[in-house]
Amino acid sequence: MTTTLSVENLRVSIPLSAGVLHAVRGISFEVAKGETLCLVGESGCGKSLTSLALMNLLPSRAKRDADRIEFDGTDLLGVGERGMARMRGNSMAMIFQEPMTSLNPAYTIGNQLEEGIRLHKGVSAREARERAVYLLEKVGITAAASRLTQYPHQLSGGLRQRVMIAMALMCGPDLLICDEPTTALDVTIQAQILHLIKDLQREFDMAVILITHDLGVVARVADRVAVMYAGEIIESGDVAEIFSRPTHPYTQGLLNCIPVPGKTRHGERLGTIPGIVPSMIGEMAGCAFANRCSYAQDICQQHVETHTVAPNHAVRCVRAEQVRTVAAGSLA
Amino acid sequence: MLIYTAKRILLAILVSLTVSALVFSLLYLSGDPATALAGERANEADILAIKAAYGFDQPVYVQYFKWLAGAVQGEFGNSVYFRLPVIDLITERLPVTMTLGVCAMAFALLLSIPLGVLAAMYPNSLIDRAALLLAVLGQALPSFWFALMLIVVFAYWFPILPASGSDSWEHFVLPTIVLGYYATPAFMRLTRTGLLDVLSSDYVRTARAKGLRPAKVLFKHALRNAIIPVVSLAAVQFGFMLTGSIIIETVFALHGAGFLAWESISRSDFPTVQAVLLLFSWFYIILTFLADLLNAWLNPRIRVA
Repeated sequence: MTTTLSVENLRVSIPLSAGVLHAVRGISFEVAKGETLCLVGESGCGKSLTSLALMNLLPSRAKRDADRIEFDGTDLLGVGERGMARMRGNSMAMIFQEPMTSLNPAYTIGNQLEEGIRLHKGVSAREARERAVYLLEKVGITAAASRLTQYPHQLSGGLRQRVMIAMALMCGPDLLICDEPTTALDVTIQAQILHLIKDLQREFDMAVILITHDLGVVARVADRVAVMYAGEIIESGDVAEIFSRPTHPYTQGLLNCIPVPGKTRHGERLGTIPGIVPSMIGEMAGCAFANRCSYAQDICQQHVETHTVAPNHAVRCVRAEQVRTVAAGSLA
Repeated sequence: MLIYTAKRILLAILVSLTVSALVFSLLYLSGDPATALAGERANEADILAIKAAYGFDQPVYVQYFKWLAGAVQGEFGNSVYFRLPVIDLITERLPVTMTLGVCAMAFALLLSIPLGVLAAMYPNSLIDRAALLLAVLGQALPSFWFALMLIVVFAYWFPILPASGSDSWEHFVLPTIVLGYYATPAFMRLTRTGLLDVLSSDYVRTARAKGLRPAKVLFKHALRNAIIPVVSLAAVQFGFMLTGSIIIETVFALHGAGFLAWESISRSDFPTVQAVLLLFSWFYIILTFLADLLNAWLNPRIRVA
């Protein structure tokens, strides 16, 4: 598979009065054509900032740093803001969490769908309109042509998110970044939207990065998973491998929090992870999860390398092998 | 949009009817108008004669409808003081007031909106501070004092502009600056706050994520939404500029409608006072109506209201 995006040692820091907040602390990952990578983690772990950093849409105070961000063979660190603007909405597109507020209330759906393609591809108004209707139909909106003259306030949340998806696909991007695309939607609509993203990915052969805190979503759509904690990727690998043999104590904790039909007995307490996320202000030595981890030892305070524990399965934990053995034992 | 416009027109008509009743009743608020007109040494017969001459002997509602019927045809009777038709007085004075109001409004908008945009684009920068200083000054300076200072500087120390009169465009420069500057701070602060708010909105992020150029993001996606409250304020301010320019007109000896209102109030010239008041109310009503239409065009969500 050809690699669409490859990121090495991405860092995002935000200077605050209390010190520098290291929101993303050196993460590396790749996404290939036609593949879905899920970035999963709890609120504040840096997953949304990661996606904004890729698009270079970070708030002006936040600083982005990386050893390499390569997209379709282009080094994004070297293209500058003008170069990024040429790619944004064109070869890389993004869908946001809040469909209710992500569309401009003052312009029609058609206007907002068409402006990107007219800018990037220089197509005529008619061609842009045809493409908009085609994509609105693709994302399952009925009476697509008449929707073009409607305003965002005339559409429901689910419809608006479909419009956002159609908008992201207007220029036929190679990479689609979806930042919690279903969080603000009803459960039934969530399932439809996820299904839609998956279908469209297959049809247009895109690389998709899907950001979520919902492991149910991950299980549904991901090919590969990267679990983030406190600005780092602590475990990554194929989705089946991560769900069947979670190795990092944090990933195990997360999976323990989910009730499993048929396995979790009625009235049984679900798992929790004790403690709280450490402050991300200032430098952090050793494993960020150590203060909440039942496997923690003195060695965890030292620098942690990422270990490969199986093909396509990497874990950032010095005790990965032991944890894996214990976990395998408890499962047996 | 058509239904919305029709509703607004109906509302405007209802408001102007209410206002006209209020304006008409002002006549009786200060006592019997016939007695006031007749003067201190008039006897009973004089007063009765005046009542008959002006129609004060008829029932009040008849007087009101007669007056209203005249008013919609531009017929306000004769000025008690000038002995001229009121409508002639007004048509003579109105162009001065209109010119001043339009110029002052244009000046205020052209100064405040770019400054507000710059201040919002670079918050807490030097330009933001400078704009804030300008705003504070504008709100703190009494306009008569500011007018006098401009006269001292530009008509006396450096005599490049006339200090009084209304004969050429040069006569309008200083009054325009004084009247316009008064409205500038509010416009500027409103543009700045609105734009700051909109610039951090999700849909502006969407626009940037589409790869649109910064200028397009700013002018198409951000400013149009940020400017909505400014439009409403501008309508009210414009009404104020057309009607409340009495001080400015006095300082610069511009014989406009505001000045006429002041003269006729002090001379108990009630037909003129009524006419000017009604006219000024109509200004506000028409401006509010236009602002409503403009807002509906800018903001599709209110078209259904």
